[in-house]
Amino acid sequence: MIGVERLSVAIGGRPVLDDVSLALPPGRITGLVGESGSGKSMTALAIMGLLPDGARATGRVDLDGRDLLALDDRRMSDLRGRRIGMIFQEPMTALNPLMTIGDQVAEVLIRHHGMARDAAATVARLRLDRVGLPGARFPLGLFPHELSGGQRQRVAIAMAIADAPDVLIADEPTTALDVTTQAQIMDLLRGLVADEGMALLLITHDLAVVGSTADRVAVMQGGRIVEEGATADLFRAPGHPHTRALLAAARHRPARAQAPALPGPPILRVERATRSYALPRRAPFAPTGHLRAVDDVSFSMQPGESVGLVGESGCGKSTLTRMILGLDPVQGGRILLDGQPVVAGRMPGALRARVQVVFQDPFGSFDPRWTVERLVAEPFHLTGRPRDWQDQVAAALAEVGLPADAMRRHIHQFSGGQRQRIAIARALIIRPRLIVLDEAVSALDVQVRAQVLDLLSRLRESHGIAWLFISHDLSVVRSITDRVLVMDRGRIVEDGPTRRVLDAPESAAARRLVAAMPRMPGETS
Amino acid sequence: MTLAVSLLVASAVIFAVVDLVPGDPASFMLGTGARPDTLAALRAEMGLNLPWPVRYARWLGGVLTGDLGTSLAYRTPVAGMIVERLQVSLPLALAALALAAAVAFPAGLYAASRGGRAGDAAVMAGTQVGVAIPNFWFAMLLVLVFAVKLRWLPAGGFPGWDQPLAAIRSLALPAVALALPQAAILARVLRSALIETLGQDYVRSARAKGLTRAQALRRHALRNAMIPVLTILGMQFSFLLAGAIIIENVFYLPGLGRLIFQAITQRDLVVVQSSVLVMVAAVILVTFVVDLAYALVDPRLRGAR
Amino acid sequence: MKAGLIAGGALAAVALGAAALSLAWTPFDPTAMSVAARLQPPGAVHWLGTDHLGRDILSMLMAGARTSLGVAVLAVAIGAGAGVPLGLAAAAMRGRWLDDAIMRGNDLIFAFPSLVIAILITAALGPSAANAMVAIGIFNIPVFARVTRAAALPLWTLDYVRAAQVAGKRAPRISAEHILPNIAGTLIVQATIQFSLGILAEAGLSYVGLGAQPPTPSWGRMLAEAQTMVTLAPHVAIVPGIVIVLTVLGLNLLGDGLRDALDPRLKARAA
Repeated sequence: MIGVERLSVAIGGRPVLDDVSLALPPGRITGLVGESGSGKSMTALAIMGLLPDGARATGRVDLDGRDLLALDDRRMSDLRGRRIGMIFQEPMTALNPLMTIGDQVAEVLIRHHGMARDAAATVARLRLDRVGLPGARFPLGLFPHELSGGQRQRVAIAMAIADAPDVLIADEPTTALDVTTQAQIMDLLRGLVADEGMALLLITHDLAVVGSTADRVAVMQGGRIVEEGATADLFRAPGHPHTRALLAAARHRPARAQAPALPGPPILRVERATRSYALPRRAPFAPTGHLRAVDDVSFSMQPGESVGLVGESGCGKSTLTRMILGLDPVQGGRILLDGQPVVAGRMPGALRARVQVVFQDPFGSFDPRWTVERLVAEPFHLTGRPRDWQDQVAAALAEVGLPADAMRRHIHQFSGGQRQRIAIARALIIRPRLIVLDEAVSALDVQVRAQVLDLLSRLRESHGIAWLFISHDLSVVRSITDRVLVMDRGRIVEDGPTRRVLDAPESAAARRLVAAMPRMPGETS
Repeated sequence: MTLAVSLLVASAVIFAVVDLVPGDPASFMLGTGARPDTLAALRAEMGLNLPWPVRYARWLGGVLTGDLGTSLAYRTPVAGMIVERLQVSLPLALAALALAAAVAFPAGLYAASRGGRAGDAAVMAGTQVGVAIPNFWFAMLLVLVFAVKLRWLPAGGFPGWDQPLAAIRSLALPAVALALPQAAILARVLRSALIETLGQDYVRSARAKGLTRAQALRRHALRNAMIPVLTILGMQFSFLLAGAIIIENVFYLPGLGRLIFQAITQRDLVVVQSSVLVMVAAVILVTFVVDLAYALVDPRLRGAR
Repeated sequence: MKAGLIAGGALAAVALGAAALSLAWTPFDPTAMSVAARLQPPGAVHWLGTDHLGRDILSMLMAGARTSLGVAVLAVAIGAGAGVPLGLAAAAMRGRWLDDAIMRGNDLIFAFPSLVIAILITAALGPSAANAMVAIGIFNIPVFARVTRAAALPLWTLDYVRAAQVAGKRAPRISAEHILPNIAGTLIVQATIQFSLGILAEAGLSYVGLGAQPPTPSWGRMLAEAQTMVTLAPHVAIVPGIVIVLTVLGLNLLGDGLRDALDPRLKARAA
C-alpha cells in the first residue's frame, strides 16, 4: 500500500505542490485530473523520487511504512521498477532507439534480480505477450522505430509492469495517441489492474478518460487537491467550483451556429484528388513501392458550410489538407477553389487569399521574433497592405477577444488559448471564403477549448465563412460542423450530416471512431 | 559507388589546382642558366607539352594501376615515397587519436555525470584552454621541457622503424602535441552529447525502471551520444593525418605532410598531385567507414541505404 | 556561465583594441631592430622583452594582431558570405537536387584537409596573408553551409513557415524573413568559433611560411622566428603563444556565452 501524506514541493523556492495527500489502494484505479501546470505530473515524479534538480520536498511518500522521500537515490533506484512502475505521455521518445524492445523489458529484471540474460528474455516475452504484442508478430529483437506509437506505448507498459510492481503510475498515457488506440490502451490498463491487483494512478487532463475508468478521482488546481471522491459521486455532485468548471467545460456544447450553407457554386471542389509517396526501398534494386496517401477523393463544400474531416492518424487527412492549401502538389484529379484550380507553388495571390488556415500547435504557429501586429498582418502579402492595416489588425484582434495592446507584444507573452485566437485573427484578416482548421483545438485544455469553439461558432454566424475542420476527435467535430467526412486509408469512406454519422455510423472506420469516443458518465452523444 | 565518384571529382580538382601552380617544373629543375634546347627536351620528356586532358588521363590511368608517377626532383617512384612517409604519418595519427580518446572519454563522462557542478566546471575550463592552445606552440614548449631541460626524449628527427624503441621515443612528443587540442575538442563534444541525451525521455524511462543515474548514463546515454562523437573522431583522424604538417615541421619528422610541403617548394608537381590524392582518398575512406559505423550503432540506419 | 561571457568579451575586446590601437600607436616601432637590445627579458623599458633582432615584442604583438585578427575576420566573412546563402538554399530545397548538389560540394571541400587547401592555394598564388585568408575562408564555406542548413531544416517543418506559405510567400522571402533571423544566434556563435579557429590557422600557416611574409608582422611568424631562440630566451616563444591562447580562449568563451544567452530553450526556462 502506497500513499502520499501532506506532500509539498518547491522548485527553486517556488511552491509547485501544496499539502497533497493521496492514497493508492491495490486493485483500484485512482484518477488525478487537472489542467496543465496544476501539479499532477509533479506529484507522480515526487512519488518516483525523480523530481528535477533543485526541487525540495517535504511531507511523506509512504510505502509499507517506509518514507520514500528519506531514501537516497541508490535505495530509491532499488524500488523503482520493482515496487513502483511508471509510464509517460510520449511513447515515440520513451524507448531507447538503439536497444531492442526485448532488451529494454528484460533490463528491469536483470537490474533488480541479477537474472541471466536468457531467463530475463523469457520473462520479457511473457510480459510483451500480456500487453498485446504476441511473439509471432513482435519478436524480442525488434527496435522501437519498427513499431507504431500505440505499440511503443505497449512496450513502455510491459517495461513498467515487467517486475509486477505494487503501483503503476501512468502520466497522460494516451494523450499522444489517436482515439482508437487510446481506447485499446485504456482497456489494457484496466485489465492489468484487474488481473494483477496493482494500484494504478492515472494522470490525465481528460475528464472523459477518468470518468470511464477510475474508481476514485482527485482534482488538482494550483498544486493542491481541491476535491477527491468516488468517481460516480464526484461526477454527479461536484463539490468544488473548479471541479464544476472542469465538468461544465468538458460537457460544453457551443451554441450551434444558425448559418445554413449558402446556395450557389461550391467554394471548394475536390475532384478525384490523388497523391502518393514513394516508399523507401526494402532492397537496393527492389521496385519502389508507393503509398497512396490520398486516393481518389471527391467532395465539395458550399459557401458558409461547416464540414468536419475526421480519421485516425495516417489516414491521409493531413496530406489532403496540404493539397487544399496548395502546399503539396495534386498528382491526379484536381482541386477547385472558387472555381479555379489550386496548383501548388503557382497560385495568383487573389486566389490564394480565398483560403486561410489555423494550425494545431499554438507554439509553432508563430515566428517568435515577430510582433503580433506583424504576424497577424502577414496574409496582407497576398492582397497588398492597405493604408489602414494597423486598424484592421486591431479590429481582427478585437473580434477574437484580444485587446489592441496585444499588437506590440511578442507571441511568447500569450497563453495557448490566446495564441489560437491570434491564429484565428490572422486567418480572418483578409476575409477568406474558406478557413481550414487543422486540429486547431486539439492542443488546448478543455476550458480553453470550449471558449475557442464558442468563438468559432460566433464568427461563422457573423461572417459567412466556410470552415473545414480537420480532427481525429469526433467530440470536437460534433459540436461545430453540419457535415462530416470520414477518411480511412486515403479514401473518403463516409460523408453525411454530423448527427447521422455520430448516431448511426455506416463505415467500419466511422464505427471505430464513434466507439472510441470517451464518454462522460451520464452523457449521451 | 558514391565513393568512386567522390574520388574521381577530387582527382579532377587536385589536377586542376596543381595545373594552376605557376612556375615551370622543368626550368626549376635545370636552374636559371639552362639552355633553351635542353629545357625543351626536358619538357618533352616530362610530357609538359601535351594538352591537359591527355596529361590528366595519363595520371589517372597510372593511379588506377597503382603507378603514382615518378618524382621529378628525386627520380624515384612517388608510390614508394608515399609508403615510406606513411610509416611515420599513420602511426603518428593513430597514436595521437588513441591518446586523445583515452583522455577525452573519462573526462567527458566525468563532466557529464557531474553536469553543472564543480567537477564539470573544472573539466570544462581545462578543455577550454586545451582547445585554445596552438599545437605547434605546445610542441615547442614540450621540446623545451622534455628534450632541452629534462633530456628525456629527443627534440626531433626520426631514426626509422629498424630501431623501434628510438622510433617510438621520437614520436612520443609529437603525438602528445597533436593529441592535446583534439582531446579537449572530443571531451567537449562527448560531454554535450551526453548531457543532451540525458535529457531524453528514454533516459527518464530507464530511471523509472530502477537504473541509477550512473547506470542510465552508461547503458542508455553513452551509446546514443556516440553518433556525434563518431563524426568528430572521423574528422579528427583526417585532420591528424594532414594537419600534422606543422608538427612534422617542428620535430623534423619525415611524414606525408612534409613530403607535400617540400614538393611544393621544389615544384615537384607529380609528388604534390599524387600525395594530395592519397591524403584526400584517406579522408573520403574514413568518412565512409564512419558512415558504416553509424549503422552499427544505430539500427534505424541499417538497410536504409 | 555569465562570467564566461564577460571574461570572453573582455579578452576579445583587448585583442581587438590592441590591433586598432597599433594603427595609431605602438610603444616602439615594431620593425626597428637594435643589436644592443637583443633578447632582453620582459622589463621596465620593453614590457614584454625583445626578440633576437632587438625588436620590441609588445609592439610586434600589437601590429601582428592586425594581421592575425584581420585574416581571421575576413576568412569568416568569406565563409559566411558564401556558406550561409548556400545553406539557406539547400534547406529551402531540402531533398531536391539543388540541396543534394550543394551538400555534395560541401563534402568534397571537407575531404580536403584545411592545411592541404592552404598549401595548394599558396602554391598556386604565392604565400601572403591575403592568400592565407582565402584558404581559411574556403575552408569556412562548407562549415557555414552545413550549420545553416542544419539549423534551418527543422524550421521549415514549423507551422509559422507553412503560414507564410499560405500567405503566398516564396522560399527566398521566407528564408530572409523567417529563417535567417531565427538562426542568427547559431550563426553568430559559429562565427566566433570560426574566428578563433582562423586565428589558430593563420598562426599555423605563418609559422610554416605560408602566411604573412616579412616584413608584415604576425603572431605565427613571431613563433616561427622564436623557434631557434627558444632555448636561449624562452620568453620570445612563450609570450606570443600566451597571447594567442588568451585571444582564442576569449573568443571561445564569448561564443559559448552567446550560445547560452541566445538558446531559446534556456530563455523559455527563465521566462
